[in-house]
Amino acid sequence: MTAPRTLVSPAALARPRGRAVYWTVFTGVVLLFALAFLFPVYWMATGAMKSPDEVTRTPPTLVPEQWHLGGYADAWELMRLPTHLWNTVVQAAGAWLLQLVLCTAAAYALSRLRPAFGKVVLGGILATLMVPAQALVVPKYLTVADLPLIHTSLLNDPLGIWLPAVANAFNLYLLKRFFDRMPRDVLEAAEIDGAGRVRVLWSIVLPLSRPVLGVVSIFALVAVWQDFLWPLMVFSDTDEQPISVALVQLSQNIPLTVLVAAMVIASIPMVALFLVFQRHIIAGVGAGGTKG
Amino acid sequence: MTTASRPSLLPPAAPRVPKGKPRPPVRRTAHPWRRRLADQAHAYAFLLGGLLCFALFSWYPAIRAVVIAFQEYTPGSGGEWAGTANFTRVLHDPEFAAAWRNTLAFTALALLVGFAVPFLLALVLNELRHAKAFFRVVVYLPVMIPPVVSALLWKWFYDPGAGLANEALRFAHLPTSTWSNGADTALISLVIVATWANMGGTVLVYLAALQGIPGELYEAAELDGAGLLQRIRHVTVPQTRFVILMLMLLQIIATMQVFTEPFVITGGGPENATVTVLYLIYKYAFLYNDFGGACALSVMLLLLLGAFSAVYLRLTRSGEDDA
Repeated sequence: MTAPRTLVSPAALARPRGRAVYWTVFTGVVLLFALAFLFPVYWMATGAMKSPDEVTRTPPTLVPEQWHLGGYADAWELMRLPTHLWNTVVQAAGAWLLQLVLCTAAAYALSRLRPAFGKVVLGGILATLMVPAQALVVPKYLTVADLPLIHTSLLNDPLGIWLPAVANAFNLYLLKRFFDRMPRDVLEAAEIDGAGRVRVLWSIVLPLSRPVLGVVSIFALVAVWQDFLWPLMVFSDTDEQPISVALVQLSQNIPLTVLVAAMVIASIPMVALFLVFQRHIIAGVGAGGTKG
Repeated sequence: MTTASRPSLLPPAAPRVPKGKPRPPVRRTAHPWRRRLADQAHAYAFLLGGLLCFALFSWYPAIRAVVIAFQEYTPGSGGEWAGTANFTRVLHDPEFAAAWRNTLAFTALALLVGFAVPFLLALVLNELRHAKAFFRVVVYLPVMIPPVVSALLWKWFYDPGAGLANEALRFAHLPTSTWSNGADTALISLVIVATWANMGGTVLVYLAALQGIPGELYEAAELDGAGLLQRIRHVTVPQTRFVILMLMLLQIIATMQVFTEPFVITGGGPENATVTVLYLIYKYAFLYNDFGGACALSVMLLLLLGAFSAVYLRLTRSGEDDA
């Protein structure tokens, strides 16, 4: 397999001088990446296993003198991580599910069912991409605190995360564009065979859309897990707070090793998700950028 | 509702209708409007849930931001018309100027660092023929770490006592810095955190764009005697201009809404050196309980970012026409 031609020609790389330069640059980049991206993570994971005395020592130790797992156990207990992790899982899972169902249905309608004023609706949805979401958190908060007409508050309720998450124009547009590009004849054949719209969606469109559904799922889960400002506003009740909010709220008066251990635990689910689905995530990020 | 017909195994040409009765008219041709109405009902049934969420949590808040900006608003009891009082009050707040100055400086710095570093990295990574997957995973790893964790991690690095940042400087026999704890260095320290945490996505998008450049262009340029830097300037940059512009705009929009880093690392300090506009909005709403002021600020931020979006659209469109 020949690599595609890039900036530097293969001929230049084949020369001894070119090879020497290549391997020098390669080593440099490996070292840089290890230092810049892996070392901070290593520092965090090992910092949690140092003794409280060792972690504040100068100059610091590269490897813990003694490996204490107590930091992790303390974090689990003292910071009530099971509660906060569970809250985060509930919030992320619900947002993911609702987004998958409602965004897919709406995208399918806009793409295939030709609703009246469909263009206007799509325009209104795409316009929200141009409006910075965070700048609207205060009026959004006021809306969630007192829903119009039914006058219910979603504060301190996972619904306060779930429902606003559905209003995700990026994911909806991603889905719609995918449906747009689906081969017309397949869908029409199914309709001529008499399959209803739900059936066409369920047994033809969705199985064909597995890649885009995967990308949307990952984006949806990550967005909720990583969010901070919105859950900070919605959950004033400590028992309901997700891990990100709880970490910050508790960071002031907790020993450093315990806090660092909690930080490591909070990162594990997303990093694990990433390592499992790295291929899809990396492809999705690259594609999402260039085709947007 | 009755759609055309159910799936049937019977051959369609043999309708077993008794001879005496006339065949019922096919609905489709008899009442096209009726069918169209049913189609519409169906389409909107699919659309409804998503539409409601957009209406409630995107469109309605946008309108409300503008309305409340001109009101004296107390949650629960509604608002009273206040004219431009919110705007004048916010404009006279000494923190207002600081917040805008910081936000603009943050955005400019983040753009400078956040554009140059990922672009160069992507350029180099695209030339490497080994361990490609490793580099992509490692550069994206910080993006998957929750931003709150990144912020707390760097707060620890910047710690004047046992922070790693100063230890590294001491190790290299360089003078130590105040990092996020000094009024002069706090903002740039936060830019470093934001760049570290978000760079992975930018690098991956640039990499994808670089892979889309046809190899013949480089070959042709090389035959014309173009050196490495000339090839970057005349082939790589023009070929990726659209992606560069797009990412720059996205970055401006994202960094102008920076909140987590200053909130977690510096709390807006020292001496308001890192109060950002969004942080100020948060303060107005949740510390001062002044929702009118918060919405007035939100409207200003919206207008500015809307202007950015408009300029960007103009630029990219004319860029597309040239190409």
